[in-house]
Parts: sequence; C-alpha cells; structure tokens
Amino acid sequence: MAYVAVKGGERAISNAHALLEEARRGDPSVPELLVDQVREQLSLSVDRVMAEGSCYDRDLAALAIKQSAGDVAEATFLMRAYRTTLPRFGFSKPVETAAMAVRRRISAAFKDIPGGQVLGATFDYTHRLLDFKLAAEGADPVAPAPQALEPMVHPLPTISSVFSHENLLEQEARFDGDDEPFDLTREPMSFPAGRDQRLQALARGDEGFLLSLAYSSQRGWGSTHPLCGEIRMGEVPVEFIPDELGFPIEIADITLTECIMLSGFAGSAERAPQYTRGYGLTFGHNERKTMSMAIVDRALRARELGEEVDAPCQDEEFVLYHSDNVEASGFVQHLKLPHYVDFQADLLFLRKLRAEFFDRKAAAEAITAHQMEPAE
Amino acid sequence: MNAQANDAALTATSNSPERYYTYGYLDEQTKRMIRRAILKAVAIPGYQVPFGSREMPVPYGWGTGGIQLTAAIIGPDDVYKCIDQGADDTTNAVSIRRFFAKVADVATTEDTAEATIIQSRHRIPEHPLKDGQIMVFQVPQPEPLRGLEPREMETRAMHAYEEYGLQYVSLYENVSAFGRIAATAGYPVMVDERYLMSPSPIPKFDNPKLHNSQALMLFGAGREKRIYAIPPHTTVRSLDFEDYPFETQKWEESCALCAADDSYLDEVVLDDQGQRMFVCSDSHYCSDRRAQGFRGPMAGHELVDIDKDAGQ
Repeated sequence: MAYVAVKGGERAISNAHALLEEARRGDPSVPELLVDQVREQLSLSVDRVMAEGSCYDRDLAALAIKQSAGDVAEATFLMRAYRTTLPRFGFSKPVETAAMAVRRRISAAFKDIPGGQVLGATFDYTHRLLDFKLAAEGADPVAPAPQALEPMVHPLPTISSVFSHENLLEQEARFDGDDEPFDLTREPMSFPAGRDQRLQALARGDEGFLLSLAYSSQRGWGSTHPLCGEIRMGEVPVEFIPDELGFPIEIADITLTECIMLSGFAGSAERAPQYTRGYGLTFGHNERKTMSMAIVDRALRARELGEEVDAPCQDEEFVLYHSDNVEASGFVQHLKLPHYVDFQADLLFLRKLRAEFFDRKAAAEAITAHQMEPAE
Repeated sequence: MNAQANDAALTATSNSPERYYTYGYLDEQTKRMIRRAILKAVAIPGYQVPFGSREMPVPYGWGTGGIQLTAAIIGPDDVYKCIDQGADDTTNAVSIRRFFAKVADVATTEDTAEATIIQSRHRIPEHPLKDGQIMVFQVPQPEPLRGLEPREMETRAMHAYEEYGLQYVSLYENVSAFGRIAATAGYPVMVDERYLMSPSPIPKFDNPKLHNSQALMLFGAGREKRIYAIPPHTTVRSLDFEDYPFETQKWEESCALCAADDSYLDEVVLDDQGQRMFVCSDSHYCSDRRAQGFRGPMAGHELVDIDKDAGQ
C-alpha cells in the first residue's frame, strides 16, 4: 500500500465541490427542481428549516433545501449563516396568538371547547399507506377540499379563557414591555437561564432532540404528566415600533404553531394546587416540535416549582447546551478534520505505557521463573 | 449559488451592490462587540470572556472562534497565515485562508516571520514569534475543567474562587495510575498565576512557547462562545508537581526530510508493513530548512512534492 496523502490542496477542495454540485443535480435527464416547487410542495420541510434556522423566509428556506439536496440540518445551517449577516433592527411587540387567524386548533382537555375543534390539514387519522397514485406521472389536479358552511368564530377562544374564572390554570407569563427580551443570536447562553432565553433556545432547537427528550419525560425520566391543553396553528400579524415613528406598524403576517401543555401541580404552603403550563411556539406548521417544546419547557420549570431535578429533560445546562443542531452537527463532524498532531502525542504516550507494561511483565516472569527453578 | 458567483459576491468593491457581505465578512457592530471582548480578555489574562458568537459560513468546530477573532482584527495591511496541525496545506487551513483572501482582500503567506496574524489549529509554529505578531487559536473547548466538571455554573464559580484543587487531584490520579501526568495535548496551564487555562489542543510540546511570548495570543471558541487571551510577556506555567516536573514530547528520530531534531514530528505511515517516517508537523519550518540545505535521511521523498503541489 502506497503512502496516502492526508494533505489536500485547493484543487482537491474545488474538485470535490464540483462533484457535489453534480450529485445535487442528480440525473440531468430529470427536470430540475424549482425553488417554488420546494416552497409549495415540501412546505413542512420549509417550515422546519425556518423554525430551526430562526429565519422566517419561505423562499430562502426552500432555496436552502434545494441547495442542501434535502438535508434539513444542512439547510438549517445555511439559513443561520445567512441570517447572522442581517442587521438587527429591534424586537417586535409580542404576537397575540389569541387573535390568530386559525387554520387548525385542537384541545385534548375538553370534548368540546368554545369555538370547537378545528382539524385543519393534518396527517392525524390518515392511514399511513403509500399512495401509489402520487407516483404516477401527470396525475389529475387535486380536487378542492369542501368548504365549511359557516365561518369560524374569530377570535377563537383559548384554553386559558376557558379556565380563567376558576383560576385552575396558572396565569400566562406576560411580557411587561420594559426589559428587552434575551436574544441568543446576540448573547451567549448564560445560566441560570431565564424563561425567555430557554424558550428561544427550544424554539431554535433540533426537533429530533426535543422529541426524544419529551418522550423520555413521558416515559418517566422527569415526568410532567402532560395533557395537551391546546394546539393552534395559523397566521398572526407581527407589529413593530420603529424608533422614528413611535407607534406600532404591521410588518408581516406569519404562520405559527403554538402548544400549551397542562401539568398538574400539587401546590405548596404558599401556592394553591393548580394546573401549570409548558409552552411551545414555532415558526410555520411544526406540531411535533411544538408539542415536544412545551413538554420540555415544563420539565425545565422543575426547579422553579420546587420539584426534584434528576432527569436529563429537567437539567437546563444539559438541554439548552445540546439542543442546537447547528452547534451539535458542526462539533460532531469536526472529527473529520485532521487530528494527527494530538494523535501523535497520544501515540507516544500509549507506546510508552505499553513498553512499561511489557517490561514489568518480563521482570515478573523472570522472577517467577527464578522461583520455579528446582533448588539444587 | 455557484462558486464563481460566490467569489464575485465576496470580492466586489466595498459598498457596491454586488458585495453582499461587509469587509472581513462580519458586520461592523459584531466586530466591535468582538474587539471589546478581546480587550477584556487581554486585560484579564486567561479569563474566558463570554461573547455573542455568530454563525459563520463554516461549521462550528471547524474554526469559527478563530475566524471571528481574525475577522475582527484583520485589516488590508495584514499578512495572514493559517495552519492546521502545523501545516499550511491541510484542507481546512486552505479553506480558511482562501476565505480571508476573499473577504478581507488580504495578503497571505506561509512564512511565519512574515505574517502579522497567524491563525492556527492545534500548533504553534516552531519559528519564534516576535513583537507585533498575533497568534489566533481555534478552540474546541475553552474550559480546562470541563472534563472534570460538566456544569458551566460550577466551573465559572471554581475560576472565580481560584478553586483548582480538582485539577491537581486529577493530575495526581494520573501519576498514581500511569506514573506520570497523562495529558499530552491541551495540557492545562496557569496564566499570570491566576487563571487556569486550556491552551487549546496544542501538544504539550508547544506549551513553553506560550510563556513570556513576544506575540499576543488570542483564543476563540465559537461554539462555546468564549474568547480569552495571553498578552505578550505573560507568565504561563504548565501544571506539574515538584517530583513529577512538566516535560515535553521527545522523539528518537529527527525529521526525515530536513533533519530537524528540535521540532514536533508527525508520524507518516508509508505502508501497511510497519514502515513509517517522521517529518516536521510545521510544514513551513521544514521547507525553510530544506531551502537552507539541511537534508534528512529521506530528503527528496515524494512527500516534499505533495507539500509543493498543495501549497500552490
């Protein structure tokens, strides 16, 4: 076997990138995927990339998905690397999800909740059977879904409003408008983390990681016994107060998914028993992620509520330091970079230890052999 | 975007519509924030300053801390050198060097003496650094105590109280288990007799170069969002015990190409029959010596040409 160069020059890199372009494009006889096709037909990938990429722009997310050949983590990284170059003008007013133009809203807490259960577009209750009609080319256009006979109640009452006169559910934490909210994109993580910092980290966090943490909590590793109070998805206006105007103006309508998980609280000497909340909110339609986020948020309130902290999902340093997939993916994959300087240092050490081991063994054997020799 | 369009976007003159990114890539506000963190780091040698690390166009773990430091301090008059594992021609070093050649319109070099900024992963060049030079280290884990205590809240308190007993206990455990201190790279140091510091995963061979250096040493951990520094002429002591003093790596061989017996050597596997050669990890130091006429036992080996080819 000949010597293999571990060093690579500029040529190797640019050739590899040319090959990557070719691989991304795939068979040139198949028409190229257009960005607007991704945006319209892979909309849930787009939503996930916007949420984890912390950047609300469907076109850019679609471009990132196309450029990354569908690798959602890579697309998220592209979005983040782009968003970080954008100037920060300030922060918006809190969005009023209670006034959301709802496309989907369900509650598992009550059979009927004021305003009703609105299924919307959901995979729930579909039979997961591959639809071979979709594989056939030139399929008929999809028939429009039937319209409701009467318009939905607007604004749709929230789960909080249902509980409001009995005080069975803790009050929502309200932003008082004075302190600037923590912004992880400008400041490093710090501990103990405020809830604003935590929720931002979770909203940007990796869906898979949060899903598994939420699942671990459900299985008893820091259980919160959650009940899905409400999930709502739809459009909300974003209002911003520019310094030069001094009054709020609407700058966008964005799609959000919100989830409120209810967990029992046994009460303490000062506080009556009531339901507490875990909160989830993400860009786009991201139900699995939002539910997971709400469970993890509640689990992370353990210390605040005087509960025991002994499971991973309750440990804020563990959860918040490891939820970002751009950080995680970079660091795990940096192991591909050369490490031969440290490896050489390690090898020298290991060889020395082994030499000493065999010296000791030889010396011990020599002594044993000497003792075994029959006395003359 | 294809590579050419990317190049055009990055190299177009400042403020022209084709230039999508500012000089040095980072926006001026971010650079100012990083410079402030650097000033604080220089003022408190060895202390880890938290900073608002940004996502960079290379992944975390691939030099984002070092890149942000360089982006914050580089100017058009600088001469930039970038090494990985001591070599100028390793893929990631090539990639980062190209990045700054593009976004900072800066001259690049492989010559250690000629560089004003030297960005490095895992090594300090063999050629002694001089006054006015800045070393920029890429740091994966800035916290020297992290391996002993996973919680940031705890380790920050330990630094605040200068409570480093745990570190010494760990070294003592090494001595009792292995008969010596086991750290081989990233060997912990005490800076200015106050802060325990990770020198980044440089081999302990390089630790003495940190002590009373004429150059400013900057350390950037992008993912962990910390910056720290060793100002010139600062005391840097590698931890040890009176009866188990600090010592650096030594080789029985000298460099097969340039015969150097004072440089850190990489082991290059020649075949799968156990044949190997030892060559300088610092590629510029080695080629410089060869140019001066030093010849090792395997001088002229094809490895020399690989260096040349990749460095183009």
